[in-house]
Amino acid sequence: MSAASAAAASGVQVQDLSASYGSAAIALREVTFTATGGQAVAVLGPNGGGKTTLFRALLGELEATTGSVTVHGTIAYVPQTERSRLDFPVSALDVALMGAYGRTPWFRRITAGDRAAARAALERVDLADRAGTRFGALSGGQRQRVLIARALVQDAHVLLLDEPFAGVDRTSEEAIMGILAGLRAEGRVLLIATHDVEQARGWDRVLCLAGAQIAYGPPAETLTNAVLEGTYGEEIVMLDCGHRAVAIQHHSH
Amino acid sequence: MEILRSGLLQRALLEVVILGATCGALGVWLLHLRHTYAAESLAHAMLPGLVIAALVGAPLLLGAAGGVLVAAALIALAARDTRVGPEIAVGVTVTTAFGLGAVLALAPDVPARLGELLFGDLLGTSTSDLVAACALGTCVGLALCAGHRSLTATVFDPVAAPSLGVRPGRVDLALLILLALAVVAAVQGLGNLLVLALIVAPAAAAIRLGRTVGAQITLAAGLGALAGLLGLVASAELDTAAGASVALAAIALWLIAALLAPGAPQATGGRRSLVEILVS
Repeated sequence: MSAASAAAASGVQVQDLSASYGSAAIALREVTFTATGGQAVAVLGPNGGGKTTLFRALLGELEATTGSVTVHGTIAYVPQTERSRLDFPVSALDVALMGAYGRTPWFRRITAGDRAAARAALERVDLADRAGTRFGALSGGQRQRVLIARALVQDAHVLLLDEPFAGVDRTSEEAIMGILAGLRAEGRVLLIATHDVEQARGWDRVLCLAGAQIAYGPPAETLTNAVLEGTYGEEIVMLDCGHRAVAIQHHSH
Repeated sequence: MEILRSGLLQRALLEVVILGATCGALGVWLLHLRHTYAAESLAHAMLPGLVIAALVGAPLLLGAAGGVLVAAALIALAARDTRVGPEIAVGVTVTTAFGLGAVLALAPDVPARLGELLFGDLLGTSTSDLVAACALGTCVGLALCAGHRSLTATVFDPVAAPSLGVRPGRVDLALLILLALAVVAAVQGLGNLLVLALIVAPAAAAIRLGRTVGAQITLAAGLGALAGLLGLVASAELDTAAGASVALAAIALWLIAALLAPGAPQATGGRRSLVEILVS
């Protein structure tokens, strides 16, 4: 996909979205935001705050109870690498090729073009030399890059990244930041679920969720003490006289 | 060798080699998806249905389906009681179903051959059994080829699989249907109890030895067929029960694989049962 076509095609519009799991109580309420091509949006919030619910609604896996979701362009989900089966014998190339599954009917083989696209995607995330390596044998950061390569094979205009920096060392984090910067420059939309308040200041927009939308906008306007306290409640610690904030998270995984 | 001259044994050999290869290949995915407990439960839960079908002369497949449906309904009912919960509901229902099936199959006034539903009778393999095994092998082979990518995505990450166009619920259901068909097709030869050995042991050995999923499936099919051959030859030479000898041969092959590759990766975690403890 060329940078120009990505910029022209991509975008996410969410209007008054509420969503729930079956007959259970509403998991996410009153979310309204727009992200256009080239924007990176940090989705900030505590565990259970609705980040996963929002992603599932964007992916079409969860129907909106009220409101609407419009996605312009192909959408891909980049999960947390810890959730993948590391004992399953698939190579980095095999995982990247999964990005072609959705467009390949069961009775057809993966095409040579898709194989070439998978190799190109691995090269783009600087893992061409690890194509044949077992996915479980890669480092956390390398696995995360393979999963981003898979989204590239999906030809995604909109990427939903679920805590892409969790369990990743500093070097890999910088590598991933570089890749994401490149994707933004091509006009793709990135939605990045994160717990890192400081990192969220580096993205174009911040969406704060705590069962409902608390705030949406540029980081300077959004990441105020009042909004962070509204988002995290007791689980936020202010440092440097309120200039820095650290979210205390209790991971279930 | 006697086995090559006797028509009876030739048919049994063909049956057990086809079933071994089919169950082995299917077993790789069942183990990767951590469905060993489900396989064990499913096989046991269908026993009363199989016995009743045999008693009234109905097709075994119908009886198996009925047995599984009744067990599933009972599990769902019991699990609705919060004091019981799903774990206890499965355990109690499956054990009850199996006990009921065994009582029916081994009762003094039912035909003697019904006991074979538990332990099988390879030497009684009929032409229709062979046809059923061939049909099962073809069906499982085609289904595993057609579903290879869906199975791969489901095992790798069932949460992310829908975003790749794969529906893990359907994949699980399809695999469990294939498992039910395999148990029904194999029940005459190996019995409701011993068929699990051919599903689990060759696959567990292949997962230790194979470096790719494709290699594991090929290896499991080969080891399943080999277990059938070795078990039947041992049975003929040592005059032991054929089905049990095949099951023991399959376990012996797993032991050899475990010794050859002691530190090899193995599907781990999730729900464990007695059978799963065996393969870990």
